[in-house]
Amino acid sequence: MTTSNREIVRPSRSEPFDAATLRARDFPILNQEIHGHRLVYLDNAATSQKPRAVIEAITRYYEHDNANVHRGVHTLSERATHGYETARARVQAFLGAPSVKEIIFTRGTSEAINLVASTFGHERVDTGDEVLITGLEHHSNIVPWQMLCRARGAKLTVAPIDQRGVVTPEAFAAALTEKTKLVAFSHVSNALGTINPAEQFTALARERGIPVVIDGAQAAPHLKIDVAALGCDFYAFSGHKVYGPTGIGALWGKAEHLESMPPYQGGGEMIRSVTFEETIYNTIPHKFEAGTPNIAGAIGLGAALEYVSAIGLDRIAAHEDELLQQATAAVGALPGIELKGTAPHKAGVLSFTLAAAHPHDIGTILDQRGVAVRAGHHCAQPVMEFFGVPATVRASFGLYNTSEDIEALVAGLQEVVKVFG
Amino acid sequence: MSELSDLYQEVILDHNKRPRNFRTIETPDREAKGYNPLCGDKVAVYVNLEGDRIVDVSFQGAGCAISTASASVMTEALRGMTLAEAEALFQSFHKLVTEGPLALPDDIDLGKLAVFSGVHDYPARVKCASLVWHTVRAALENQNKTVTTE
Repeated sequence: MTTSNREIVRPSRSEPFDAATLRARDFPILNQEIHGHRLVYLDNAATSQKPRAVIEAITRYYEHDNANVHRGVHTLSERATHGYETARARVQAFLGAPSVKEIIFTRGTSEAINLVASTFGHERVDTGDEVLITGLEHHSNIVPWQMLCRARGAKLTVAPIDQRGVVTPEAFAAALTEKTKLVAFSHVSNALGTINPAEQFTALARERGIPVVIDGAQAAPHLKIDVAALGCDFYAFSGHKVYGPTGIGALWGKAEHLESMPPYQGGGEMIRSVTFEETIYNTIPHKFEAGTPNIAGAIGLGAALEYVSAIGLDRIAAHEDELLQQATAAVGALPGIELKGTAPHKAGVLSFTLAAAHPHDIGTILDQRGVAVRAGHHCAQPVMEFFGVPATVRASFGLYNTSEDIEALVAGLQEVVKVFG
Repeated sequence: MSELSDLYQEVILDHNKRPRNFRTIETPDREAKGYNPLCGDKVAVYVNLEGDRIVDVSFQGAGCAISTASASVMTEALRGMTLAEAEALFQSFHKLVTEGPLALPDDIDLGKLAVFSGVHDYPARVKCASLVWHTVRAALENQNKTVTTE
């Protein structure tokens, strides 16, 4: 069967938002049973499921258009190049970026942050300087800066979180010093769901002339992003958390920075001309895209962004917020539950522990009932350490989750309480 | 498909709630630590020997029900065994949780350890059950390092 002639129904703003319809119509993977139960996928902060529109865009690319980009004069190469560059323009629109030249495709958020740390970071940060992050960060927004600080003899400093899992603007401002040369923070915390006041943090840094890098991995699926309004210097996100494929993501950077930064990796594509004596680098963004890129991934990402934009991120956010309120009330009422992360502004994440049972036992019992959650440290060990726990259970929501899913989660947790109570 | 009750048998729930030999030994003849970086489980095992016989064995640590119960049942099983018997039991237990009960010869009596027969059906949980066994093995081999599952 070829997939190209199957009709894909696409969402639109004109239809009322109905998660159950989107789930059944657009997400084939969710239409299955796990251990005899309807699959309830609540691990969206780890990775999201992919709508038919994304799967088919990738299949169509490989069935009709596959070729290398920016190289051939033949038709397929032109189509592949067109698809790849159209995807870049979709990323630009999604982020509100002033120019398409400012969008660099990467493997994901981690690679994007590593790119900034090892080029821009190395030029800006020197011995005795400080790089400021927050206590909420994912390992991918800690380790690259740690590596940079070690290499440059600089110090990594941390704006602390409070008991709610909030970094207040006061705490953030207090952590900025005269030595701070770079600031990096997550827009939304992956472990707790806290939404940082990104605009305010950015303004505080920029008042002092400090460039700002934002890790948007968890924000992209939940919030409308506008890098121009945020005022930051760099913004990174991953495709797979926003209903796109794995192995593709993007970095937005201000053109003035990207122009002056040294390349990240050397190879094909990133050059204008090469002799054994000298290489002239390509213009941005190609200067930062060494080697044959993940063309199918970029096209899949473009389709994903088109998909969520067609539904409307504001409607997705409102729906997920309803689910979060429902889950917070119902799960919070169970005996022995402790919610971790009670910030007033959260996006799509409910993290908790249960007195009687370890998160891994909870994860196994929920899985037996078809409910997929994450149990562990969520690649944010400093956050776990702050709360004095080795791990939490994390239920995280996406556009296709429903009230029924929350009920299944709560019923599963009631069984945990019964078994371990 | 296996039932949840095959994994969380009464004995396991009981040992999780009231772990046996859950204490340190002040000056142990042998000790080792185990760590599962993926889930944060930590365990320390202490052993006293008389000749090549295990006369006391205890543990401390924090982990899930499977890892706590595995450690607790293990300390009961190993007490009084020789080093060779302990190694043989390690091999049997390892086979039980990685390959399942059918992989073991009929004449092997695992005693209470048989309650871990269900673990084999949960590949993500095998390390929970086996970490403490790898740790005690390191202690008995007098390796002074932290055992990790990764």
